[in-house]
Amino acid sequence: MEDRFIIRGIEFKSRLWVGTGKYRDFEETARAIEESGTDVVTVAVRRINILDRKSPNLLDYIDPKRYKILPNTAGCYTVEDALRYSRLAREAGVSDMVKLEVIGDDKTLFPDVCGLLKATEILAKEGFIVFPYTNDDPIIAKRLVDAGAAAVMPLGAPIGSGLGIRNPYNIKIILETVDTPVIVDAGVGTASDSAIAMELGCDAALINTGIAGAEDPVAMAGAMKHAVIAGRLAYKAGRIPKKLYATASSPLKGMLL
Amino acid sequence: MRIRLNGEEYITGDVKSVEDLLKELKIHSERVAVEVNLKIISKSDYRIFILKDGDTVEVVSFVGGGGYGRQVYYTGNRV
Repeated sequence: MEDRFIIRGIEFKSRLWVGTGKYRDFEETARAIEESGTDVVTVAVRRINILDRKSPNLLDYIDPKRYKILPNTAGCYTVEDALRYSRLAREAGVSDMVKLEVIGDDKTLFPDVCGLLKATEILAKEGFIVFPYTNDDPIIAKRLVDAGAAAVMPLGAPIGSGLGIRNPYNIKIILETVDTPVIVDAGVGTASDSAIAMELGCDAALINTGIAGAEDPVAMAGAMKHAVIAGRLAYKAGRIPKKLYATASSPLKGMLL
Repeated sequence: MRIRLNGEEYITGDVKSVEDLLKELKIHSERVAVEVNLKIISKSDYRIFILKDGDTVEVVSFVGGGGYGRQVYYTGNRV
């Protein structure tokens, strides 16, 4: 059965979105992305190295014709910075999409949801397709959608922590609260974590460190790909309810006395 | 002309417009964005936007990134 994934008229072939940071080199990045089967990669906006113009560029390895490039505002701690980076990213000419981050704290990298809400509202009005990276808080998720977010990206756990989906119940409530897609972003440490996110009903999972930080990132990219597909299929199939006691699965009729 | 380019002092050659500067730097304008004194210059204006002495210019592009704060170096199980 067809299971299409469309946000604001943009169709995504893959429900696994992949970050491009923290790899050994661009070659490893490209191989992991290939293996993941994704069609969406996130990138950061940074100054060009003026002195060393021969240094390779990420987009030499990741073909923007083949992948949807999703710029982020990683490293932004204020609304003003997030707006500036978003506008620069759009001007750099990839798309109107932005994975909006307004970070509140160095140690946890938790989002500053007040700033995030403000920035979402402004950018949505400017025609951006805003994907805010947010806390696993259903009320804030609702406010972000009301402010014009195209989807919400709640964290499973702190960025790069690999702790998995720490509060599946909140993610579930977010899914029931907002009518936009929900994409789990951050915290996924291994394949089962992404399967859990998808089994909850999330529309996609964005993973960077979980792949890039694995001992074999390319192999982990393949594992994540299958886990996301399996989790989505399980969600669509509808799992059995959890019960405390056993229910026999073989008939009792015909047993020897 | 002396400008501040990506945070560093930079002395240009025979540069008038943003387009001239990018040409001098051998930067293809395709996937970059240019900001002069905090104002984003749209690609269609690169030719007509004239730079002047003392301008602060930023030229940015895309680098690898997922979602994290200030540059965080991976310190996990890989050596």
